[in-house]
Amino acid sequence: MNRFELNPRQSGRQFATPGVALLAFIIMWICATASAAQRSALTPQVAIPGGEFRSVLPPAPDVESVKVLSFRMDTMPVTNRQFADFVRTHPQWRRDKVMRLFADEQYLSQWQSAEQLESKTDDQPVTRVSWFAASDYCAAYGRRLPTWYEWEYVAAASETARDARPDTAWRQRILSWYEKPALGRLPPVGKTPANIYGVRDIHGVVWEWVQDFNSILVSGDNREQGDPNILKFCGAGVLALKDKENYAILMRTALLSSLQGNYTTASLGFRCASDINETKP
Amino acid sequence: MKHPHALLALFLVSVNAIATAATPTETIPSDSIYQLNVALTNQDGKAIKLDVYRGHPTLITMFYGSCPNVCPLLFETVELTERSLNPKLQSQLRVLFISIDPDRDTPKALASLAKSHHADTARWTLAQANATDVRKMAAVLNVQYRKLPNGEFNHASVITLLDAEGKIVAKTSQLGSIDPEFMQSLKSSLK
Repeated sequence: MNRFELNPRQSGRQFATPGVALLAFIIMWICATASAAQRSALTPQVAIPGGEFRSVLPPAPDVESVKVLSFRMDTMPVTNRQFADFVRTHPQWRRDKVMRLFADEQYLSQWQSAEQLESKTDDQPVTRVSWFAASDYCAAYGRRLPTWYEWEYVAAASETARDARPDTAWRQRILSWYEKPALGRLPPVGKTPANIYGVRDIHGVVWEWVQDFNSILVSGDNREQGDPNILKFCGAGVLALKDKENYAILMRTALLSSLQGNYTTASLGFRCASDINETKP
Repeated sequence: MKHPHALLALFLVSVNAIATAATPTETIPSDSIYQLNVALTNQDGKAIKLDVYRGHPTLITMFYGSCPNVCPLLFETVELTERSLNPKLQSQLRVLFISIDPDRDTPKALASLAKSHHADTARWTLAQANATDVRKMAAVLNVQYRKLPNGEFNHASVITLLDAEGKIVAKTSQLGSIDPEFMQSLKSSLK
């Protein structure tokens, strides 16, 4: 439940007679039920209040903080079950139909068939999905992928603080997940503690695509290579990474900057976001 | 027609496509960037598709018009590459410049840019698209870019050679001079 959802009783107060109010209440109840049924496969979203923060990727060499506008984010990554529903209604995303431009050979290769998966993996986050597939999934439900800054902003939060990054114990806790090998079975979504916004699994389950994964120009040491590399990038040159002890986040930037739009991996999934002004009436 | 059998094959595939009610994109290779459905606007304000030059080897580049240093160099490098081809090969080649800055690179701005570079718009197109479509084209071309707070951009400077069907054949980031390997690929595509 969030503050953007309509409360039928409250809305009813503005009507003059109880009869009209009751009728309005019934209509709204029917609408609410219908839309809930239609969106049953969708992950709930929470509102993330906007703010400023220091990113590991400063927007420019002389700009320290990044402004994030208020937006809405899925509380959990998209699951196998949800993605299978999407594939059934969007057959161009079946692994036996998909164009190589949009997904590599390993796309959904963990599934038993093009539309079927083992039921015990239903609630695990879907992985081996490309950026194109993830973007199209979100767009199909009127959503979009979060931007890197939106993702990083939410990933800075602990259960109790919006920016928990100075908290070394918290840092160590999230880092310990990244140290675990990615081989074992993925856990079901929604089992890690919700952060202060009500968002789960940002750390501890899978890596996640972001909308502008191909905006991360920094990759490791190549900014040290001198003239040829300076020429390679038009504009203000390659950016310097900040907050170098924030390994968990830096690993994400390294991973994302190494990807191409049709790549898939066994530990890379996604979640969707939306603009805040797109709240349904 | 130089390749009547190719035309026949295309015809048969088309008939097959109609018979199975498949999408017309079926004839485009699975890994061709022409699979991408994006809406472009050219320097004349005309709506075009990414496959506007399908059937010709094409050089495709992402840039922004107000870029102070590298982008003029991108244009110069493409011009230099073209000039080193004989007229017959040059006439087969097409050039597509795609802006990553739709706000400032309006069709009017693109037209004046084309004029200042004396671009032969029979074979050259400068185009813009909305931010979502730009992100997708950058993804298929593997071009990294980001908008900076001052309205400028950082972007990888890459010239990509596509074959007639939109498959990526070669890439170069060498600017200001001819990349011999890239030139080799270009010449064999134009044969």
